[in-house]
Amino acid sequence: MSLNVFFQHCLTGISLGGAYALIAIGYTMVYGILRLINFAHGDIFMVAGYFMIFATATFGWMAGIPIMLACTVALGVMIEKMAYKPIRTAPRMSVMISAIGVSYLLQNLTTYLFTALPRPYPEIPILKRIFQIGSVSASLVTFLTPVLTIVLVVILVYITNHTKVGMAMRAVSRDFETSRLMGIKINNVISITFVIGSFLAGVGALLYFTDRMSVTPFSGTLPGLKCFVAAVIGGIGSVPGAVVGGFVIGICETFLIALGYSTFSDAFTFILLIIMLLFRPTGLFGEKMIDKV
Amino acid sequence: MSKNLLEIKDLSVSYGGIRAVKGISFEVPEGEVVTLIGANGAGKSSTLRSIAGLEKPAGGSILFDGKELVQMGTEQIVTTGITLVPEGRRVFPNLSVLENLKIGAYQRKDSLDQDIAWIYGLFPRLEERSWQMAGTLSGGEQQMLAIGRALMSKPKLIMMDEPSLGLAPIVVQGVFDIIKEINKQGVTILLVEQNANMALKAAHRAYVMETGKITLSGTGKELAENEEVKAAYLGKAKNK
Repeated sequence: MSLNVFFQHCLTGISLGGAYALIAIGYTMVYGILRLINFAHGDIFMVAGYFMIFATATFGWMAGIPIMLACTVALGVMIEKMAYKPIRTAPRMSVMISAIGVSYLLQNLTTYLFTALPRPYPEIPILKRIFQIGSVSASLVTFLTPVLTIVLVVILVYITNHTKVGMAMRAVSRDFETSRLMGIKINNVISITFVIGSFLAGVGALLYFTDRMSVTPFSGTLPGLKCFVAAVIGGIGSVPGAVVGGFVIGICETFLIALGYSTFSDAFTFILLIIMLLFRPTGLFGEKMIDKV
Repeated sequence: MSKNLLEIKDLSVSYGGIRAVKGISFEVPEGEVVTLIGANGAGKSSTLRSIAGLEKPAGGSILFDGKELVQMGTEQIVTTGITLVPEGRRVFPNLSVLENLKIGAYQRKDSLDQDIAWIYGLFPRLEERSWQMAGTLSGGEQQMLAIGRALMSKPKLIMMDEPSLGLAPIVVQGVFDIIKEINKQGVTILLVEQNANMALKAAHRAYVMETGKITLSGTGKELAENEEVKAAYLGKAKNK
């Protein structure tokens, strides 16, 4: 592999990893607050793809992007209100089963409404423009994805660490009851978490599908699972962990494909998961529980 | 006579058919320290939790400053000027000491600098550890932080659920000194304790709870000298 080709693959891997990172943040944040693995998250990402198709068809891509993001956020919050909030006090397993139910509901609903045939994803001319840096050339979306990911993550880390709402999110993630005693409306904080998670899934969908060019009702399943793995590898509950996990999986996958092992690239992700769970179950940046009684 | 800040009438609390609090009535006059003492399972914590809205009372009324609290949610109740220092301290271990104080004032919109300085004046140890994560503090420091956090909401009434639990005797003394100090600064206090000795010394008025009922009441001094209380809670034999 020449150096040139190596850089080319690096770029592709980083770009894919960026999209994965954005989706993985949604898993990790919801887990941080609700201790729930939101299995519907990958499907929210897939529906975001359809939202973009229909929004662009009607309003053009410039208006389509904000409309798609708004719809995705609304979908995420609605799922929380309808499927998770009513069973807030139920055992965690029930909520997880509810999440799996929502996942299948979204897949089957989109199959019913739009058929299972791949739908072409709208081309956004600017994102598809080819750029050349040195000897490496790629479309703008490939360059843009990692940059956008880093910017969004920096904003997100700033919000959680330096704003009042971020402080409330960290408090709620540890102790619902005491948070209520502080006057924090926990349902609002949970909704904000879903707003952020779904928004990032929407951005991730835009970047991912622009590269893939088509959407099916099952487009969210495998990326969703991989991003869940990314969140676990990074240490579920940790935003920087999810980002690192996303990049690791994106880059490894790209190189495996480049080396001719494309049939094994998905298996590799899950082998990585098993190894991680065996040797470091809290993940790379997983929180150690400090509890003093 | 000062007016009653908190008036409880016929309050009962049930957990799935088991009545933990069986229709109790008591008052907390403004500016006083009032204590509820009693053994484990007497219903003391349930009483505090239902005042704070964390448990729905099965019946009765809770009047605070002339407002009925029974139908309100916790988030609303704390804005009326009540706060609870929960049992086991429950500071946020993943937030710094300063952030714990700030989150205590979550529903306030005015400037906090003065009050943070006030809390640090009361607890100089907390100022030294301002940037430390609360989870790394010792038990006594966490208790101080929990009290400081509650004071940050500028409450009229501060309720404390067993603040001496699990602390070394010398630290317990410190906690009670602070209770007297913040009371002197004008905050009304409702204190639940198993450490009856300390609680009765600190309290203007005291109630004894047994299996969900109030069985005795009086000034702190009266109860401390009461023979039954002595025998049951102060570890002193009855004089025959």
